[in-house]
Amino acid sequence: MSDLVNEEKPVLSLRGLTTHFKTDLGVVKAVDGLDLDLPAGATLGIVGESGCGKSTVGLSIMKLIPEPPGRIAGGEIIFEGEDLTKLSNREMRSVRGNKISMIFQEPMTSLNPVLRIGETLSEVIRAHQKIPRKAAWEKSIEALDQVRIPSARVRINDYPHEMSGGMRQRVMIALAICCNPTLIIADEPTTALDVTIQAQILFLLGRIKKTLGTSIILITHDLGVIAENTEKVAVMYAGRLVEYADTATLFDNPLHPYTQGLVLTVPRLGARKEKKSRLNVIPGLVPNLLGLGPGCHFADRCTQVMEVCRNLKPEICIHHEKHLVRCWRYA
Amino acid sequence: MHTFIFRRLLISIPVILLITMIMYLIINLAPGDPIDMLIGQQALTPAEIDRIRISLGLNEPIHQRYLKWLGQLVQGNLGFSYLDHQPVMDRMVERLVPTFSLMLFVILVSYAVAVPIGVISAIRQYTGIDYLATALSFLGISFPNFFSGLVGIYVFSLKLNWFPTGGLETIGQGFSIMDRVHHLLLPGLVLAFREMGVLVRYTRSSMLDVIRQDYVRTARAGGLSEWVVILHHALRNALLPLITMLGLTIPRLFAGVVIIEQIFQWPGMGRLAIEAILSRDYPVLMGLTLCTAVMVLVGNLLADLLYGFADPRIRLSGRR
Amino acid sequence: MQDVADHTARLEIPRQTFRSLAWRRFLRHRLALAGTVIVAVIVLMAVFAPWLAPHDPNHVDILLAREGPSWGHLLGSDLVGRDVLSRLIYGSRVSLSVGLFAVTVYVLIGLILGCVAGYFGGWVDMVVSRMVDAVLSFPVLMLILVIVGLLGPSLFNIILVLGFLGWPEVARIVRGQTLAVREELYVLSSEAAGAPSSRIVIKDILPNIMSPVIVNATFGVARAILIEAGLSFLGMGVQPPTSSWGNMLNDAQSLSILETMPWMWVPPGMMIFIATISINFVGDGLRDALDPKLN
Repeated sequence: MSDLVNEEKPVLSLRGLTTHFKTDLGVVKAVDGLDLDLPAGATLGIVGESGCGKSTVGLSIMKLIPEPPGRIAGGEIIFEGEDLTKLSNREMRSVRGNKISMIFQEPMTSLNPVLRIGETLSEVIRAHQKIPRKAAWEKSIEALDQVRIPSARVRINDYPHEMSGGMRQRVMIALAICCNPTLIIADEPTTALDVTIQAQILFLLGRIKKTLGTSIILITHDLGVIAENTEKVAVMYAGRLVEYADTATLFDNPLHPYTQGLVLTVPRLGARKEKKSRLNVIPGLVPNLLGLGPGCHFADRCTQVMEVCRNLKPEICIHHEKHLVRCWRYA
Repeated sequence: MHTFIFRRLLISIPVILLITMIMYLIINLAPGDPIDMLIGQQALTPAEIDRIRISLGLNEPIHQRYLKWLGQLVQGNLGFSYLDHQPVMDRMVERLVPTFSLMLFVILVSYAVAVPIGVISAIRQYTGIDYLATALSFLGISFPNFFSGLVGIYVFSLKLNWFPTGGLETIGQGFSIMDRVHHLLLPGLVLAFREMGVLVRYTRSSMLDVIRQDYVRTARAGGLSEWVVILHHALRNALLPLITMLGLTIPRLFAGVVIIEQIFQWPGMGRLAIEAILSRDYPVLMGLTLCTAVMVLVGNLLADLLYGFADPRIRLSGRR
Repeated sequence: MQDVADHTARLEIPRQTFRSLAWRRFLRHRLALAGTVIVAVIVLMAVFAPWLAPHDPNHVDILLAREGPSWGHLLGSDLVGRDVLSRLIYGSRVSLSVGLFAVTVYVLIGLILGCVAGYFGGWVDMVVSRMVDAVLSFPVLMLILVIVGLLGPSLFNIILVLGFLGWPEVARIVRGQTLAVREELYVLSSEAAGAPSSRIVIKDILPNIMSPVIVNATFGVARAILIEAGLSFLGMGVQPPTSSWGNMLNDAQSLSILETMPWMWVPPGMMIFIATISINFVGDGLRDALDPKLN
């Protein structure tokens, strides 16, 4: 795909990442034993329905999981040779916003309403670089320029409520790139925006990736976004990885029944005449993470379910090189 | 900004009018003739009583009397007390300073102490400090302030002799700031005890709300230290509702002041109110009603102004 | 985190489970449990006062006046020889009745007005909201003092005044809640089915807005008890010979009594405090149980 993608040395590796949440009704395994690699310079998409754990993965990497009720219960997060799970809070602070940064879903509420955006930006810059206020202000203006905010020098004095949702998300991206991070985690960055703005923001992310060489993890539930903006894709279901492949491969040849269902649900205009005119759906609902049975978590909704699926959890296996799937059909 | 103030003041006028009207009505509908209090023990003939009645204008219909009162008010005259025939204005002014100093002291002390405690309680939720602070604040809210006043006098004044038992100053001594402060402390602290209880809860819940907000998460994601996140991002936003709270504090404090002034023989407006009610001193009551209504409205106005200044979303709503 | 929250929210907890979850949360709140027990004790004390009180609370006996605690009079006697303990026990009746009745009155008024304002909107809402604002901008204490002072101090008057002045807060809450609930599916479907407004309000809206009302009412009981005690203390509330915890403290305004006869004022003060704090704990527990997000 892209010749920027370096397969050999992944910039981030997750091994057996497990994150738990304590609730009134029991312990929820939001992420359950996740193994994932992000090659340097690539955009990895993590896709799944609401509640599958994809946002939790992003928050876990940043170690932003709120300590009660959640915690990282196990596994490793290897970033630039270090295991982030072993870092103290202090050490983690120099990683956040600096080497790994995050963009969140709701631009309307993600910026402090009583601070000017220039203050918000400079504060983060000065937290990681010992430069005087003026210099940080200049760097903030540069960051705003990079995200294509017009009249950056003037608008840097604005308060968040004086900007539209799309602009605020650009500010969030500026915040994410102001210290030149190696990795950006974008958690549903366009879900709350309307379609035209979506395109702009994604295009912006793509351009940043090219100019700064950052790797990106793009978390979304929208397959269309995945198709156009990622090189690798990981599909999650009920806290576990069920399929992982190059994006083109995934769409051409989805292996896991869930992925097949997902790909089929994307309505296509002008597709060949189908007998039925209804939209395809995956029957059933997302399972209750508290009442998961012994078998495959997808068994109840799977159209290709087998006896063994209900009783034993499948392991990951390699189908073709670099195409992983967790399903008894391919074991 | 100026239009805002102007408009608020404009709306306040009919409100004050309404309040005074209702108060006038209630006072005059009450059983009991003010004449009785005026005459006291004197034996007068009905004719003499009538003459007094007419001279005070008490024979006229109610709306006429009210309008007369209003007319006098606009000229700056609040009438004369039935009790000692002194101008109402004078009597109120001399009581204003003690009450105000008490209320000011309480506000300053309780905010200064309660806000930090509330903040710490919120960021260390469910720990020992939180439970201690919550317990203390419950104590403050649940202790009837007249009881804490009595206990305070008993322990700190009678037994420990740290404070005087009441009064504005030591009799016989000349005017001394230290002496005044010394007398202020016990009643002030007793009042502040309850106020702090309320404030700690309020601050704590406001802070808890703010900590959950997305922008706090953004600040953490930027790698800022926890101190900076709490103080610079969370607190600044958590303080906003507390400013509005200031407006509500004044009527609540006044209620406490009335009782505390009784217990500590503090010559303030609260005691004046009770004296006026017990002696059916209508002019003084009307004056006090006016004063408290104005106090409440001004307090709210100030709080709103401060809030508008502190929150850029409101401050700049006219900009673009 | 958001998707986990969404997820658990969408589990569609039926009302049964909500009740049992709320119950479980309440039971975990140890202070609230303690509070409930104490409140129950006080209620029992009030109900069984005639059997529990060792003496007639109004029986005057000058010879026994100002005596400290003794075997015959466990808490001593007051200025005119009445038994403090008996007066204390009977005093609970006053406090509880004020708390209960005043709050009932103003909750009823507030519920009706708030619901109507929230559901029907339009000019009804405007009128009610103006009334709420007007009453709330009153210097309420002045009003209470004046009304009670002039109407004559009595238990009934206090209940009346508190009842008619306390409704704006409840109305505000109820209105807000009604506005929120009005757009819910179950209300819309009732409306679509042609149910009459009264039925919709009673069956669909009311049960779902009660939580904050219950919490507010509980705290309101504590506040009402404090206000009555304060008024009685000032001599403007319940008058002797009827004993109220507040008026029992009235005697202590004299410094000599304060210093030398603590049995007269400490017990009633402590009772007010215990009752108030217990009710506050219960209120806190209810708030946690019914809407943990509010904490």
